[in-house]
Amino acid sequence: MIQTLLIANRGEIARRVIRTCRDLGISPVAVHSDPDADAPHVEEADAAVRLPGATPAETYLRADLLVDAALRAGADAVHPGYGFLSENADFARAVLAAGLTWVGPTPEAIEAMGSKVAAKKRMAAAGVPVLAELDPETADVFPLLVKASAGGGGRGMRVVRAKEELAEAVAGARREAESAFGDGTVFCEPLLEGARHVEVQVLADAHGTVWVLGERECSIQRRHQKIVEETPSPAVGPEARQRLYDAATAAAEAIGYVGAGTVEFLFSDGDFHFLEVNTRLQVEHPVTELVFGVDLVAWQLAIAEGARLPAEPPTPNGHAIEVRLYAEDPTRDWRPASGTLHRFEVPGDVRVDSGVESGSVVGVHYDPMLAKVIAWAPDRTSAARKLAAALAASRVHGLVTNRDLLVDVLRHPEFVDGNTHTGFLDEHRLTPAKERDLAPSALAAALAQAARRRTGALPSGWRNLPSQPQRVSYEGVDVEYRHTRDGVVTNLPLTVVDANEDVVTLELDGVRKRFHVAVYGDTVEVDSPLGAVTLRVVPRFPAPETKVAPGATVAPMPGTVVRVAVEQGQRVEAGAELLVLEAMKMEHRVLASTAGTVTELRITQGQQVDSGDVLVVVADDSLAESSGQGA
Amino acid sequence: MTTLHSVLDTGSADYHDNRSALLGKIAELDGEQAKALAGGGPKYTERHHKRGKLLARERIELLVDRDSPFLELSPLAAWGTDFPVGASVVTGIGVVEGVECLVVANDPTVRGGASNPWTLRKTFRANDIAFANRLPVVSLVESGGADLPSQAEIFIPGGRAFRDLTRLSAAGIPTVTAVFGNATAGGAYVPGMSDHVVMVKDRSKVFLGGPPLVKMATGEEAEDEALGGAHMHGTVSGLADYVAEDEVDAIRLTRRIVARLNWRKLGPEPKPVEEPLYGAEELLGLVPTDPRVPFDPREVIARIVDGSRFDEFKPGYGTSLVTGWADLHGYPVGILANARGVLFSEESQKATQFIQLANSADTPLLFLQNTTGYMVGARYEQGGIIKHGAMMINAVSNSRVPHLTVNLGASYGAGNYGMCGRAFDPRFLFTWPNAKSAVMGPVQLAGVLSIVARQAAAAKGQDYNEDHDAAMREMVEGQIEQQSLAPFLSGRLYDDGVIDPRDTRTVLGLCLSAVHSGPIKGAEGYGVFRM
Repeated sequence: MIQTLLIANRGEIARRVIRTCRDLGISPVAVHSDPDADAPHVEEADAAVRLPGATPAETYLRADLLVDAALRAGADAVHPGYGFLSENADFARAVLAAGLTWVGPTPEAIEAMGSKVAAKKRMAAAGVPVLAELDPETADVFPLLVKASAGGGGRGMRVVRAKEELAEAVAGARREAESAFGDGTVFCEPLLEGARHVEVQVLADAHGTVWVLGERECSIQRRHQKIVEETPSPAVGPEARQRLYDAATAAAEAIGYVGAGTVEFLFSDGDFHFLEVNTRLQVEHPVTELVFGVDLVAWQLAIAEGARLPAEPPTPNGHAIEVRLYAEDPTRDWRPASGTLHRFEVPGDVRVDSGVESGSVVGVHYDPMLAKVIAWAPDRTSAARKLAAALAASRVHGLVTNRDLLVDVLRHPEFVDGNTHTGFLDEHRLTPAKERDLAPSALAAALAQAARRRTGALPSGWRNLPSQPQRVSYEGVDVEYRHTRDGVVTNLPLTVVDANEDVVTLELDGVRKRFHVAVYGDTVEVDSPLGAVTLRVVPRFPAPETKVAPGATVAPMPGTVVRVAVEQGQRVEAGAELLVLEAMKMEHRVLASTAGTVTELRITQGQQVDSGDVLVVVADDSLAESSGQGA
Repeated sequence: MTTLHSVLDTGSADYHDNRSALLGKIAELDGEQAKALAGGGPKYTERHHKRGKLLARERIELLVDRDSPFLELSPLAAWGTDFPVGASVVTGIGVVEGVECLVVANDPTVRGGASNPWTLRKTFRANDIAFANRLPVVSLVESGGADLPSQAEIFIPGGRAFRDLTRLSAAGIPTVTAVFGNATAGGAYVPGMSDHVVMVKDRSKVFLGGPPLVKMATGEEAEDEALGGAHMHGTVSGLADYVAEDEVDAIRLTRRIVARLNWRKLGPEPKPVEEPLYGAEELLGLVPTDPRVPFDPREVIARIVDGSRFDEFKPGYGTSLVTGWADLHGYPVGILANARGVLFSEESQKATQFIQLANSADTPLLFLQNTTGYMVGARYEQGGIIKHGAMMINAVSNSRVPHLTVNLGASYGAGNYGMCGRAFDPRFLFTWPNAKSAVMGPVQLAGVLSIVARQAAAAKGQDYNEDHDAAMREMVEGQIEQQSLAPFLSGRLYDDGVIDPRDTRTVLGLCLSAVHSGPIKGAEGYGVFRM
């Protein structure tokens, strides 16, 4: 019997496991890296053990430290969550060797599935349909996908559309795989464009009972990472479902699987091909829980304790959809965001599994997922509507997120019709996000800020000889307004009904809309029926020293320089690669914005840079010539 | 009853007639003020902008705190003269980094910002206001110096501009100058006499003599940058304390200077503010179209004071003058307001006592003028109207609490004096667009002239030409009427501006706030009261 459980993970999954621990009366023990010392999962656990350092390699990937933590905290079992060491057979062995209970499949099962290359062979042998494997050096079927054998979560994955891109993609994937998993093995598969990602949840006890708890459709992805998941799949009919179930059961039985696992398939034209088995709890497990009315974590723990599953699984009911809310900018190549999440509130009848709270700091070291938001309803359309409404009304302040994109997906007619596939975002051009008129929100921000500045009862901005409006600039949008005897007059075709420090009411086309304004330093967050808008105040008086030299390239985010592609004095064309920055385990290419000569190179390989740091200055040749004439 | 109850009938025909008449006057006023706003006109404005420069009011808008109120002073200066309305300078009171400052900005689109005699008078008035109210002075300078054709009227009195600046400094009132362009000859002394000086790189040129004058005087060939460029003054002469990158940067630096003045107001803090119970809009309907018809000033007071609360002093005595206590934007004030035009002995004595009470309580006074003067006639002369009027004028003259005056309708004769007209140095004086002021009414004045002429003719035994008399009376009436109108008086700096009556409370609130930059202290002695 498990009394005390060490959760070898962080963030939302650690909190998720803690929640079940509380239900069962198990004492949860957290671990934390230094940046996570005050994270919610640490606050909520009964005890916490520090893992010194910040990077995953120093902390959550240190099997030795984790086993030691479990022993020191008096834990009798270890739950690995997902990611990190959850599919690491050596870690499972180390836990077992320390006399602790491992909440998960046997190390042998993990190992059997850990190498994707080996797993495919094994599944093919068990009669499960698989995709052909292509040689990374000589492949000539395009498009193809380069994948890390040890990979997961889209890391080390590359799409290759032409022969000449292959070598670089393979090298990049190897580098990423090496850094993320410590194993640079990659392999190639034909890329099935327009295919769906369908996976089957299995739950097996140690006594030979295997449950299949429905399939999950996870087709909507960005960068090969799922962002919308649901069950049941709108594409899978009863006949295909049965075949999927049979294949999944065969796969689980083939490796003597115990615990919760997921068999992933590519689903195309009624056919499916085995992708991989994930020998752990999936990120998207909540949709299954809501539809089947089970607690998968509780079953994981019970199975680890040797419990038997009843002969028949529960029957599904209704439809559940999950979205992953990420701190990232879909309009800027999914660039991850870090900083303080000033406010995080999701309203409505939805399940929120989050690793953060209002005020949490999202760092650069870990996955930028803020939360999973899950809605259940008797039917798919209702679930999508409910989820979209909850997201749209959420207050997410301080960090750029993919929230609007998720709402756009959930409300897209093709999504509502169930036509999801892995190329959904590209096909429907859901990135960059719809052009939005920022002006009304910016005006609301300006008026709320004006109300905050008001002192005493003298009228704001009063003039006996009015000559010009008040001008306020936010990045990308300027607004003008004037306080008059008859109220606030603006340069926009709208009427200002009311304005106070927090709420501004504007009438647009005869419809009154409320704008909620929150100010955090020089950032203003405006939530309204027009959508959430984040505005950055352009200072009224820019300090002369903060003016960035023309041609200077600044770090778009904090990270590490992994490669410098140019030299001092080198001529570069616009769009040429200047350097590669690694942040959040992703490689970001920094490109020249103009053609010119590299006049300053302020970084070296391996250097840590902060957001806004000047990296490289490229002097625009045409400008240099014209200023030369002027001198 | 402390709270005033308005009996104004906003549905009456009179109300609507009054309102439309006054709106007409306000529209005329807007038209005149638009001339000041237009500065040197579109051509020079465009040229100025093309040079990457800001207009005077654009500089001011950037200087003052966002969304803060700005009270422009004397906007109609030079109205009715040969010089452009506004007198090529903008003055006013604005809030810079939380500090109420007196701002003076040359308008370089009007003849290069050159000073004419009215520019001087307007600037002097601004300096007076700064001095009396202890307001730091921020000068935004860009001026070609004196308007040479009118140098005869400028040169001798103009020295006061520099005297004022250094006396302000000596009185502990900071002076900050930002030079945006030329500040030549006399203009060079504005930065020279200021406590803090900002110049703009490549733009400011500050020298006693420019290249042509130097060449004429000494034969030296010198470039203007070497003679007075910002860089030179910032690194060699030391005249510039700060050298700005550009105009906006100069304003940023100016704001930083003010932020570091460590300025504290010396007057008492205001109480919490309450809006009046009655709307300012209704002020438009209560002034009769015929200036000879008096109106109850309590209707005005009810629309400008906090909570419309007014504790009337001696309500049953000398009822042609209303006196009492109120708060305006949280500041206590004693109010004297004409109720029926004429001041009698009782009103004069009541006013004298009231002014003394305000001084003993350190309470500022607000004069709401609507007076045709002190009563004349044998009965009143014999009753001592001169003595009693003199008492009131003595009290007004020697009172030391701040005075604010608003001419609501009429300000004639010695009533103008007793009710703290311009000569009695109210801290601020504003005029409603309908208001008039003169030694007496045009009809009366023409009539007096007619009677005197008729007597002179009779003494000489000549016939009196009635046609000439009628023509003379018409001419005089027209001239006096024109000279008694608000724009004329404002053009001559006899007030600090003509205001929309609806702005009265705001303007007075701003003035009271400005007044409280300095200490508020009543008089300890008066002239001899003739009893």
